[in-house]
Amino acid sequence: MRFERRAHRPLILVLLAPVFALGAALAIAGVLIMLAGAPVAEAFGQILNGAFGSRLGISETLTRATPLIFTGLAAAVAFRARLWNIGGEGQFYMGAIAAAALASGAIAGWPPLIAIPGAMFAGALAGTVTLLLPLGLRLRFGVDEVVTSLLLNFVALLFVSMLIEGPLKDPLAFGWPQSVPVSEGAELPKLLARTRLHAGLLIALAAALLVHFVQSRTRFGMQSRAAGLNAAAARFAGVPLGMTLIKVACMSGGLAGLAGAIEVMGVKGYVTTDLSPGYGYAGIIVAMLANLHPIGVVAAALFVAVMFVGADSMSRVMDIPSYIADVTVALSLLTMLLSLFFTQYRISR
Amino acid sequence: MTASPVLDLRNITKRFGDTLANDDVSVSLAKGEVLALLGENGAGKTTLMSILFGHYTPDAGTVHVEGRELPPGKPRAAIRAGVGMVHQHFSLATNLTVLENVMTGTESLLRLRSDTRAARARLDDVSQRFGLVVDPDARVGDLSVGEQQRVEILKALYNDARILILDEPTAVLTNIEAEKLFRILRDMARQGLSLIFISHKLHEVLAAADRIVVLRGGKAVAERRAADTSKEELAELMVGRRVERPRREAATPGETVLEARNVSLSGSKGLSHVNFALRAGETLGIIGVSGNGQTALAHLASGLVRHEEGDLILFGNPVGKASVRAFIEAGVGRIPEDRNAEGAVGDMTIWENAILERIWSPTFSRHGLIDRAAARRFAAEIIKAFDVRGGAPDKRIRLLSGGNMQKLILGRNLHEQTKLLVAAQPTRGLDEGAIASVHTRILDARKKGAGVLLISEDLDEVIQLADRIQAIVKGRLSPPVAADQADARMLGLMMAGDWDKAGHVAGRGTHEI
Repeated sequence: MRFERRAHRPLILVLLAPVFALGAALAIAGVLIMLAGAPVAEAFGQILNGAFGSRLGISETLTRATPLIFTGLAAAVAFRARLWNIGGEGQFYMGAIAAAALASGAIAGWPPLIAIPGAMFAGALAGTVTLLLPLGLRLRFGVDEVVTSLLLNFVALLFVSMLIEGPLKDPLAFGWPQSVPVSEGAELPKLLARTRLHAGLLIALAAALLVHFVQSRTRFGMQSRAAGLNAAAARFAGVPLGMTLIKVACMSGGLAGLAGAIEVMGVKGYVTTDLSPGYGYAGIIVAMLANLHPIGVVAAALFVAVMFVGADSMSRVMDIPSYIADVTVALSLLTMLLSLFFTQYRISR
Repeated sequence: MTASPVLDLRNITKRFGDTLANDDVSVSLAKGEVLALLGENGAGKTTLMSILFGHYTPDAGTVHVEGRELPPGKPRAAIRAGVGMVHQHFSLATNLTVLENVMTGTESLLRLRSDTRAARARLDDVSQRFGLVVDPDARVGDLSVGEQQRVEILKALYNDARILILDEPTAVLTNIEAEKLFRILRDMARQGLSLIFISHKLHEVLAAADRIVVLRGGKAVAERRAADTSKEELAELMVGRRVERPRREAATPGETVLEARNVSLSGSKGLSHVNFALRAGETLGIIGVSGNGQTALAHLASGLVRHEEGDLILFGNPVGKASVRAFIEAGVGRIPEDRNAEGAVGDMTIWENAILERIWSPTFSRHGLIDRAAARRFAAEIIKAFDVRGGAPDKRIRLLSGGNMQKLILGRNLHEQTKLLVAAQPTRGLDEGAIASVHTRILDARKKGAGVLLISEDLDEVIQLADRIQAIVKGRLSPPVAADQADARMLGLMMAGDWDKAGHVAGRGTHEI
């Protein structure tokens, strides 16, 4: 079997790619559910029911989708410019701890109008710095940022762990390793009473629109896309490649850091080392499923959130391990990559 | 032609998507014959040869070698049947020696040691027989391009090739090297080998081939004996209509727009102590064999890199640091040598590509926001004024043909008055029609008072367009000669680095005139 490149990429295929990918991923997941000895249709029904069947389910799904939108955008923005930021997880934690540190200490007791943006800014800044480090190594020494940004995830997590066992440890937590809580003024308001859903979702949606606007309408957005699609041509056209990448890193790292800050301020109130069930890594999948489009990121984040929330509920009801959610999401990445490949290539006889 | 051809391609059809690359093409080759496959880019020459060699599977049609049908899509079968291919881009390992390269793929991987002694004897024998002399122990990376090509040919002959296919063999050679190559090819044919070479250069197919098959739009449109045809007829057959390249009119140069005084740039393909002066309203042609520093020179004049030594003076001001933006804003138009790699971002739209290098201009962006309406208008104007066929502002530029992409690149540079046009290989890979229109635009820019720095490997093009010519060899520039006094032989000597001898020839030339 051989592949040949399509002369052009039909729009219909590009739009259908994620649909097909999700279908294929769910079909394979169905086989796995069958092997686990459960009725497939009922299991999928339970996933949907868990994610959408109740007020709580819907609010949980949206709460989960919020950080995924941010980390998805972080990955999408970076990948567009061929900056391979695999360090979303570390940036998430650095953003979370920075927001917690600021909102519990320096600006504790300040009015929300200052405290909330202040803590968010601190989170974004921490995420940015965490990404600028590997980017600096790439620009200065040509070190591959895939490796450095990935490894920094572990450094960041251990750093956060050190802080919440030490200087930022909550003295009232009965010895549990968790950070001091953010002050009330820095907590994000709830969107729905008696649920975890908070105003972060609105900020995430606004961020997606903003990123879309920046990428499609601004000078910087156009230059960063050019740099990602063809660096030599961008250089010939006078795009300052290094500076463009630095700006992209600020955006990407900032969004990932913001994800962490908003999770702390909206959901938990303090930082622990299990604050993220892998939001940073899942963000990469979200970005790929969205074909790096910022509006698509919102849809892809919802899908991943549905899988996580729905599979949790399914596993409780039907006694199937909730790992099926991870498996399905991972499968969807593989099927998406394959679908995208076939939007560009066809099988030649 | 003899009764049974050694090679017979019967009714080959190959489709790529919507394009018919080969449409029912039949070609046969007799023993001891040199056949030229003539056609413009995209006429289907390379596709046809790739099918013959098994790189592609045809949709219809068969390949017969010495009466036996080859299985489609199997390069190994083609090699075993005695077909050898010399690619335009060599497939040699530059870190291995000539002998190692030639032996590659001829021995089983399972053998513990290779039989170099026998291989060396065999290689010696082959190179003696055909007059292809290369040091078997030289590292391929150290050889000149012409010598590397000889290694490619030797490799095919070493594999017992009786039918040799050469894809654009002269694209990388100086005209002197090309003449030498064709002598060798003729000699090989006399010894019973059969050869096909692909070309789009009329004079060389007339000089070297027995028979010429003209391909156009995927079809074999004509077949001529070299003795019975002319350049004019072939040109018309190849293009399908009469195309005349525009002529250069006399002009009076104005002030100096770009001057290099002892400019050097380090790097293996850099520049050393280069001098030239280009005035408004004249064209300075830089000729040379590929890879002698043309890229560095083009990048230097385009504002991409800064010189390390000497002075570069642009419009009377010394250039401080390299800045594409400053160069463009000062009035420099730039045509990159590789339009796909540097000239265009294939997956961006035509309007985006039209304004990318002028994005700072207040016409196209304010406060960091792009004025998409103005950008689309600009793109539409270029498409109209420069006859970019198949272009629409929102179409991705990748979908344009090479010639139309080049027209767009020209258009974005020449839309406003350009004071200096840096044109690197402006017609590389274009067909006759597109070449003529690019030439017209370049001459037009010169007429309107732009200084044109034309860096090209195409001698005919430089002779037609340039007022003065300098040769670039290993990063050094020869002194200029007037184009009116130059002939192919003298330019050949200049390109080989013998500019003292060339000056002598030039002196004699003027006397004889």
